[in-house]
Amino acid sequence: MSILVDKDTRLIVQGITGRDGGFHASQMLTYGTKVVGGVTPGKGGMKTEDGVPVFNSMEEAVRATGANTSVIYVPAAFAADAVYEASDAGIKLVVCISEGIPVKEMIRILPYTRERGTRVIGPNSPGVISPGKAKVGIMPGDIHKEGNIGVVSRSGTLTYEVVYHLSRNGLGQSTCMGIGGDPVIGTNLLDSMALFAADDETDLVVLIGEIGGNDEELAAGIIRDGYPKKVAAFIAGRTAPPGKRMGHAGAIVTGGTGTAAEKIAAFEEAGVEVATTPSQIVDIVKGLMA
Amino acid sequence: MKIHEVDARGIFSRFSLPVPPSRLITEAEQARAAAGELGCPVVVKAQVLVGGRGKAGGVKLASTPAEAVEKARSILGMDIKGLTVEKVLIAKAVDIAEEFYAGMVIDRISRKPLMMISPAGGIDIEEVARSTPEKILKVKIDPATGLLPFQVRRMASFLTGDKEIARQLGPVFTALYQAFMEVDASLAEINPLVVDPQGRVWAIDAKINIDDNSLFRHRDLAGMRDESAEDPGEVEARNSDLSFVKLDGNIGCIVNGAGLAMATMDMIKHYGAEPANFLDIGGSSNPEKVLAAMKIILRDKNVKAILINIFGGITRCDDVAKGLIEARKNLKMDVPLIVRLTGTNEEEAKKIIRGTDLVSAESMDDGVKKAIEMAGR
Repeated sequence: MSILVDKDTRLIVQGITGRDGGFHASQMLTYGTKVVGGVTPGKGGMKTEDGVPVFNSMEEAVRATGANTSVIYVPAAFAADAVYEASDAGIKLVVCISEGIPVKEMIRILPYTRERGTRVIGPNSPGVISPGKAKVGIMPGDIHKEGNIGVVSRSGTLTYEVVYHLSRNGLGQSTCMGIGGDPVIGTNLLDSMALFAADDETDLVVLIGEIGGNDEELAAGIIRDGYPKKVAAFIAGRTAPPGKRMGHAGAIVTGGTGTAAEKIAAFEEAGVEVATTPSQIVDIVKGLMA
Repeated sequence: MKIHEVDARGIFSRFSLPVPPSRLITEAEQARAAAGELGCPVVVKAQVLVGGRGKAGGVKLASTPAEAVEKARSILGMDIKGLTVEKVLIAKAVDIAEEFYAGMVIDRISRKPLMMISPAGGIDIEEVARSTPEKILKVKIDPATGLLPFQVRRMASFLTGDKEIARQLGPVFTALYQAFMEVDASLAEINPLVVDPQGRVWAIDAKINIDDNSLFRHRDLAGMRDESAEDPGEVEARNSDLSFVKLDGNIGCIVNGAGLAMATMDMIKHYGAEPANFLDIGGSSNPEKVLAAMKIILRDKNVKAILINIFGGITRCDDVAKGLIEARKNLKMDVPLIVRLTGTNEEEAKKIIRGTDLVSAESMDDGVKKAIEMAGR
């Protein structure tokens, strides 16, 4: 099955005529994703080099293509509007790659999208990939391998690192999703776990967390109360100093909370083994599968 | 982004919060005129971007203009947690009968603005949260409706049984919420929010942090940044669009992606050494960024080896390799560079590095071990 994206995904790329949007639209097509259109206001009517039609608005694009998913590569100042527009046009899944959306915009966006039945991934997300089916985002497709491990993560390249080790050891993935490093995101760790719990094809979930907030602690609580899949975890930021933002807007230890130590303790208490290095995830997963 | 108390007071005043009048001065002698205009007693307050100013002796009461000058002289130039006091605020003093706390943050889980109030004001709210959590009332606010009258009543009655004081608290809560939302704050605090012996309510301290992501639409606030309070490397990094945090170890790191950068630091520690920094060069493989990153790390004389850990996706390994060769040529450095490049165009990158004095690593683990070993030589 996999979750969120698959062969039925019909994708619109918002910001397709930009440098990043254009490059990744091409990459996604190559991977086999059905990229049915792109949107750039004022550039409607043209086609990209790959022959993808460009529309002026999401409303127009959805009407012409029957798209159900969109991915956003527009500058931060326009990204919030892009999410609203996609949701208003009836898109069911919006993956926001753009980073730098003010938190105040996110707390307004999410009630809006929820009311319209749209799920938002991100912002500041590397995207979602169901290996062999569809890739929606910026991750390198070739490091992934089809299988039955679900991966959910707050970061990008760290996820690639973990996935790289999994694939090289023959451990394939059902779906890998990057939920984004911002403090307020559309789909958090708990939401992602619920999606994997309901997926027949996912046997085990790898959680890649980091300092800041307390999503990991809440996830540990859910596991303790009886989560239907096996879980392995990694937490980044054991050496992060308090009060400093570690790149991601949400990766900060404030007032002594949100530390890696607390998160690791919470997982261990719930019986989840936490890897000390990214490559060690492989041993833990193999142990759980045995 | 942190802003100074004087700027936070200015924002609060704009939203009609009851902030006592004040003057900002940079020379001790200016305190005389300021205290004279405001009327004594006054409080002399160091303007530095760290907490615990009071405990450090950076906040003093003066009952005459002459005393204000003397206190200002003792505070100006003072070192508070590594920061030199260059400005002090002279504020009209308020007698304190009661001290409350009022603050606002964004609650990550409910994804809503959250107001927190407490009758235990004047002390660190995190301490109150740990020792007496029952003394904090948290109220989630729906951004579609704003703060509602019933919530205001509930908060006021949590703080006081006095109707006259409660009547003044309502507008304070509303203004705090409005100020928080209007300036895209990530934190806004009045600590303490006091009641004077005559029953009047005052916001005698002000703290606001601004959401960095919102600065593109707040030019006026962006100008309030005080770079003197930051590590020079961190300022330079921000100007080069890099994310950098200085640490105390001797292994410098250049990594693409925040999560991988943290994991790299953690692994250095795991194998028994200490990282010198956190540095995320972001998703782009622009050779200029690699050069800028290298310059920032080389400022730190503790650094004995630099580990470059790149997992190429959009970032192309060969571009990074070119940037590194360029940096090696143009920058004076006597520390070894250990390079781990995996992903897009990895083979081309390895060809570029072969034959140079850059040390190639097969994996992240291998790179970290090599860096530690070479730093120890």
